[in-house]
Amino acid sequence: MTFGEKRFHKKLDKIRRLEEEGVLAKKKKGSRALSKFMSNKMAMLGLVIFTIIFLACIFAPLLTSYRPEVVDLTNLMKPPSKDHIFGTDKVGRDLFARVLYGGRVSILVAGGGALGGALIGVLVGSFAGYRGGWLDKITMRLSEVFMSFPQLILVLVMVTIMGQSTRNIIIIFVITGWSGIYRQARAAMLSIREEEYVQALHAFGLNDMLICFKHMLPNALSPIIVNITINIAAFILEEASLSFLGLGVPMEVATWGNILNASQDMYTLQNAWWIWLPVGVVISLFVMSINFVGDGVRDTTDSSIQG
Amino acid sequence: MSEKRNPILTLRNMQVHFPVKGKKAVVKAVDGIDLVVYEGETLGLVGESGCGKTTLGKATLQLIRPTGGEAIFEFADGPQDLRKMSNKELDKARKEMQIVFQDPQSSLNPSFTIFQSMSDPLKKFGVKSKEERRKIVGDLLEEVNMQREYMDRYPTEFSGGQRQRIGIARALLINPRLIVCDEAVSALDVSIQAQVLNLLNKLKEERGLTYIFISHDLSVIEYISDRVAVMYLGKIMEIADADALYQEAMHPYTKALLSAIPVADIDHHKKRILLEGDVPSPMNMPSGCRFHTRCSQCQQICKEKVPEMKTYTIGGREHMVACHFSDEAYRNMEQQ
Repeated sequence: MTFGEKRFHKKLDKIRRLEEEGVLAKKKKGSRALSKFMSNKMAMLGLVIFTIIFLACIFAPLLTSYRPEVVDLTNLMKPPSKDHIFGTDKVGRDLFARVLYGGRVSILVAGGGALGGALIGVLVGSFAGYRGGWLDKITMRLSEVFMSFPQLILVLVMVTIMGQSTRNIIIIFVITGWSGIYRQARAAMLSIREEEYVQALHAFGLNDMLICFKHMLPNALSPIIVNITINIAAFILEEASLSFLGLGVPMEVATWGNILNASQDMYTLQNAWWIWLPVGVVISLFVMSINFVGDGVRDTTDSSIQG
Repeated sequence: MSEKRNPILTLRNMQVHFPVKGKKAVVKAVDGIDLVVYEGETLGLVGESGCGKTTLGKATLQLIRPTGGEAIFEFADGPQDLRKMSNKELDKARKEMQIVFQDPQSSLNPSFTIFQSMSDPLKKFGVKSKEERRKIVGDLLEEVNMQREYMDRYPTEFSGGQRQRIGIARALLINPRLIVCDEAVSALDVSIQAQVLNLLNKLKEERGLTYIFISHDLSVIEYISDRVAVMYLGKIMEIADADALYQEAMHPYTKALLSAIPVADIDHHKKRILLEGDVPSPMNMPSGCRFHTRCSQCQQICKEKVPEMKTYTIGGREHMVACHFSDEAYRNMEQQ
């Protein structure tokens, strides 16, 4: 036996001893999902960036003494300086304050829209996919109606009826966004329903809700989570374009989209990079971090990947 | 098995028909099955793929509701027709009957630990405290030759044979009397098959279980079964004690099946009976005897008349065959 082999066997013996003593088994305590997530570096990086931006927006008043809507006509389009970290815009509003306060609205609209839509989509989709039959047929047609309806028209109608507000934008995002998630949840449940462990639960006669939402849903969730994060990212940008058309959040309210839209002219683009660059970077970072986190969460919920 | 036998399950003219979308046709997956399962026996159910074995197994448990016939289960308080029971009343039957599935990959929930996935059924059947549930699951795992600690592991951490044993443990969770093993060893390799079959036999002895063992593997069926039923296109062709069937099959279909078992002997030159063609579609059944399209002994009568199930007593044991020429086969046997 060579030296290397000896060492190898020694190591094996040690592992076996530990296993017999039950040390290794005990070490695995704690949530498997959590340890999986923690070991995913990209996801952790995403989580850190997300948390920083999120907390900065929430605690905006502590980070800046400026108000986002206060106009200062003595300081028009000033580049970044000690007083104004991100500079000021065309009417002299502090951009740092606007980015922070704008984040509040943008995150609320995009997050609320995506999560609200996901909640409806997942609940309806998984139960319809699980049960099938008339429930499935009705909800399927319903989702097709919502999908085929042009979003812009819907927004116009909503704005005329209920007026322009942040809340309406969220409602519109929920209404137009749920059907994608619904279809995904339904499709996943359709295939999971045929798995034998589900049949085994039927053989015990367990409650439908319990089988559907507790036992089956976790296995359908991973692609849905990715879709939700993509939705959040898309909604942030969509809110910007709706606001630009004057259909979204009122123009005077600071949002990431409104800040970007205000800089959409050649002069600003060429001469005042501080108006569009910082907010662009923040949007990109935020969207990217959400995607990383979503990817990480997907991996933790995917049981075929071991932690 | 000549002592007095109590039936535990009696199927009478059981039918499972599936409507075909867009057409007027029906798929007759199970088409009039009469079968008695006796307490404490292992009834093997063999047949080609697509002959309705699995559907019959699931219909017995009412996982698929049969469209016709009766399924009478002998409960402690007398026999009852499962088909007439509502979903809620069936809980009573679920305590008595369970199922072991074919595919060890999909028979366990991948995102739950073993204990988590077994916990809810136990809760439903009245085991409220968590300690008690953990004890039951642990005891069961030990009974299927696994460590108690495994209950906190996820299915991905087990091999196919281990998962299958966990599947068996799950079927035993609420102490059923009858277990349907649906191709329970087909997905395993041979050495593991033997291990699982021996485990099933051990459990049967210890707990006095009754099995309906569904398989397409004739050697497995011979090894584990007391009696064997041969199925073809949704109907039973022949039922007999396992050794009688393997020695003296009377139905041409059974003979053809048995001749296909490989024998590990170079000098063994058994005549193979080759079946021509494919199994006919269960949507469009052949007239008369449903085997006549492929039978080597097919006569005019086979195309016209459906053969009745006839019962013979050979050596004091029942042997049932559905073939127009079973009398001849019986006479031949007598002469030998």
